[in-house]
Amino acid sequence: MKTKGQEKQSIKRGRGYEIWGLFKRNKPAMVGLALLAFIALVAIFADVIVPEELCYTFSGAPLETPSIEHPFGTDNLGRDLFARVVHGSRVSLLIGFGATILSLAVGAFIGAACGYFGGVLDNVVMRIFDVIACIPGMLLILVLVMALGRGTENLLYALMISGVPGYARFVRATVINLTDMEYVQCAKSYGTSNFTIILRHVLPNALGPIIIMLAGSVSGTILAAASYSFMGFGVQQPAPEWGAIIAASRQFMRLAPHFAVLPGMAIVITAMSINLMGDGLRDALDPRLKD
Amino acid sequence: MSVEVTPVVETVDLKKYYKTKKGDLHAVDGINLKIYRGQTLGVVGESGCGKSTLGRTIIGLHKPTAGQILFQGRDISRMKRKKDGLCTKMSMIFQDPYASLNPRMCVADLIADPMRINHLYGSRQEQYQRVEELMDIVGLARRVAGAYPHELDGGRRQRIGIARALAVDPEFIVCDEPVSALDVSIQAQILNLLMDLQDELGLTYLFVTHNLSVVKHISDQIMVTYLGRCVEMGSSDQIFENPCHPYTKALLSALPEVSLEARNKKVELLKGEIGNPINPKPGCRFASRCPHCTEACLAGDLDPREVEPGHQVSCLLYE
Repeated sequence: MKTKGQEKQSIKRGRGYEIWGLFKRNKPAMVGLALLAFIALVAIFADVIVPEELCYTFSGAPLETPSIEHPFGTDNLGRDLFARVVHGSRVSLLIGFGATILSLAVGAFIGAACGYFGGVLDNVVMRIFDVIACIPGMLLILVLVMALGRGTENLLYALMISGVPGYARFVRATVINLTDMEYVQCAKSYGTSNFTIILRHVLPNALGPIIIMLAGSVSGTILAAASYSFMGFGVQQPAPEWGAIIAASRQFMRLAPHFAVLPGMAIVITAMSINLMGDGLRDALDPRLKD
Repeated sequence: MSVEVTPVVETVDLKKYYKTKKGDLHAVDGINLKIYRGQTLGVVGESGCGKSTLGRTIIGLHKPTAGQILFQGRDISRMKRKKDGLCTKMSMIFQDPYASLNPRMCVADLIADPMRINHLYGSRQEQYQRVEELMDIVGLARRVAGAYPHELDGGRRQRIGIARALAVDPEFIVCDEPVSALDVSIQAQILNLLMDLQDELGLTYLFVTHNLSVVKHISDQIMVTYLGRCVEMGSSDQIFENPCHPYTKALLSALPEVSLEARNKKVELLKGEIGNPINPKPGCRFASRCPHCTEACLAGDLDPREVEPGHQVSCLLYE
């Protein structure tokens, strides 16, 4: 139970403060946040940590094990693996967050419009998405990449397009449920505009599931980007990217396990930290899950 | 009740049809009512007879198909509610105190929301001051201001709903079954609160319910509806002392009575089911279940007739 003083405070300082207070108490979420912040800092200051040329220069012998000179060892061509993993984080985070947020933005917009207004718009859009949903996800992305041409940017667009129907459908379903709620009717009865209703009453209540889905798919997209790069459809050699590095390592797995394991750890830790944070954020955002 | 006084709310042949695949669903089918200042009109009827739709149409959640809604003499049925300042003149209390409060907003924000939307008070401070006043009025402890609806019980939630309805300082409130989701002891509290507020603030209510005891307790005037039409209208005493329409009689006979004689009284139960509101046949809507039905009943729609001053019945028995 909260004390009187705390309540007064929560009115004055607003929801953001309170959400942060709840989030702070969730230990796994804080661990996730710390890890993600660390990875983000690494991505931002990659050039300060280790110069980019080191990714491309053959500075050591092939497949060296980790040492002081090469903290992560070297790859099959003798390039510094630490530099490649550090600089690879930029691409991975960019694709993971970029593709997910873009497709969420587009999908949420289409989904909210379909759910709130219904009718012909809803029918036409949903039938189009049905058709897209018939194509297996992987095939769709491969086809899009082949059509747009291989490369980092095109992989991002392909991942984004393939994500839109899922988000639109998800947001639509949530919005349809919420539009019928009595508190939406009530807000209408005292003159709230459609836009404000969606913003103030519908989306905040849809936020929990959306954030969980967002967290799940950021890590999913990072993994997907890694696997498409692994298969050679995404980031092209010699550019560093976690999936691409693992792809290059597969022939040498027995000979030099660090070559696959260290970039693999980077992927796993990133995905895990995002998932932990997403769970914590959902709990903090929903006052019903308090205590 | 003098004739010159303009009623606060009046409807003239108000109709609300919903389009369905099978035809038009006649939810509200030609309702005429007048509610005077400081009075309560209770609307009773069984589920699906259009009583909630009537309230929602008057408040502007639905566009009427035909007919007029007069508010203080002005026809508001085609007006834009917010632009014409109607949102600060009338408000609504909803049925389900669990579903009608946004779970993401705390009590103070829930009550302040109508003020914000209608730009009623300048600063946030003034708004919260008013919120605290309203919480006192409806009997909510100030310490729950920062609580969320799920932390409170049904009675308190409905008090929030009432405070929110009062936030715009309305003259007229539509109460859509405000006590049906509460248990009996709290029902009485809430009803008494509503009646006290009416006395203090001079409010006018349209009170929609299916609970006859409730409607008897709170109403000055009662309208009994059946399938979107008014079958009988009169003062509370007239309806309960001298019910005329066979449907009203059946409703009242189903009301449990606490007395010894009541044990031997036979309850007149209605046979059959409520008719289909989609494309109803002309004539009395109640004809298929009425023990006194004649061919004349099916000939055409019936208009209410006065059987005594202020007491109207739509039934051929009283031609």
